[in-house]
Amino acid sequence: MDEKSIRISIDEKACKKCGLCIAFCPMKVYVSEGGKPIIVNQNACTNCKLCELRCPDYAIIVGGEDVE
Amino acid sequence: MRKELEKYFRKDKLPHIWCPGCGHGIITGAVIRAIDNLKLEQNKICIVSGIGCSSRAPGYLNFNTLHTTHGRALAFATGIKMANPELKIIVLTGDGDCSAIGGNHFIHAARRNIDITTVVFNNSIYGMTSGQYSPMTPKGAFATTAPYGNIDRNFDLCKLAQAAGATYVARGTVYHVPQLIKLMEKALKHKGFSLIDVVDICPTYFGRRNKMGSPVVMMEKIREMSITARTAAKLPPEELSEKIVIGEFYEEQAPEYTEEYAKVMKKAQGGKLNE
Repeated sequence: MDEKSIRISIDEKACKKCGLCIAFCPMKVYVSEGGKPIIVNQNACTNCKLCELRCPDYAIIVGGEDVE
Repeated sequence: MRKELEKYFRKDKLPHIWCPGCGHGIITGAVIRAIDNLKLEQNKICIVSGIGCSSRAPGYLNFNTLHTTHGRALAFATGIKMANPELKIIVLTGDGDCSAIGGNHFIHAARRNIDITTVVFNNSIYGMTSGQYSPMTPKGAFATTAPYGNIDRNFDLCKLAQAAGATYVARGTVYHVPQLIKLMEKALKHKGFSLIDVVDICPTYFGRRNKMGSPVVMMEKIREMSITARTAAKLPPEELSEKIVIGEFYEEQAPEYTEEYAKVMKKAQGGKLNE
């Protein structure tokens, strides 16, 4: 991952493995590992935030957030 | 969850009870994001719900909230708005709660044009009680109480609201979230009765009964079936039966109920007439 890539954080405790983020990412950033989203293509992320908005469990934060 | 949104949630009550892939979390998130975008004052908002899966939403939200009896969210909300017109009232309700048990409250709240924003979590089923059909279950769909398929025709809640007198009417889906947030912002800014019918997914009861598969497949179906109100206007009605028409349907400025009532009070207390 280079410096320009968008930061994505996934709260594994909150994730219920519904798979919506994996299926509907326009850039195929995630793959499923037992239902969990695994980031495999971070450089492709365009910061559209659709996965964050569609996550029913508020488990994803994409870009520009003070992730600690 | 984003730090700036945390203040809107009762974090100790999360994670919510909704099933994996349930659209309720998406709609609740959209409501919160709309409130955050508009920078509304948290303490001046009251969120009211009835009974059902969707009506659990206010329990997770850090506002003035009220979880009321089945179908009566709008009745309680009317009371709150009358007592304190300064409050911004948001009603979160399900399709059964709003259109069946609360159907009468719904049409009369719309008729009065009282300043309440109603968000209907329309997942086409009574999820909490294990999947009975609601007035918004599509004709032909299966439910616990319709094992051979539902023969009732379903309500078009947007048309119903508009006919009853609602002054802002729109439909969004849990797939088109950026649009949904914009519609909610508009509804929240609108003075008068606003309705947002949100096409939602219930993977557990509606999805299983109708052999639709995963939440992903249900979402894909929403994506395939959705067309904009503008496109729909150009299509013949027979082509619309299998479609979900989304977007804004109606907007009008009309006298708002609590303002009209304030005038009555003034009159009754000896103020000038026709003011």
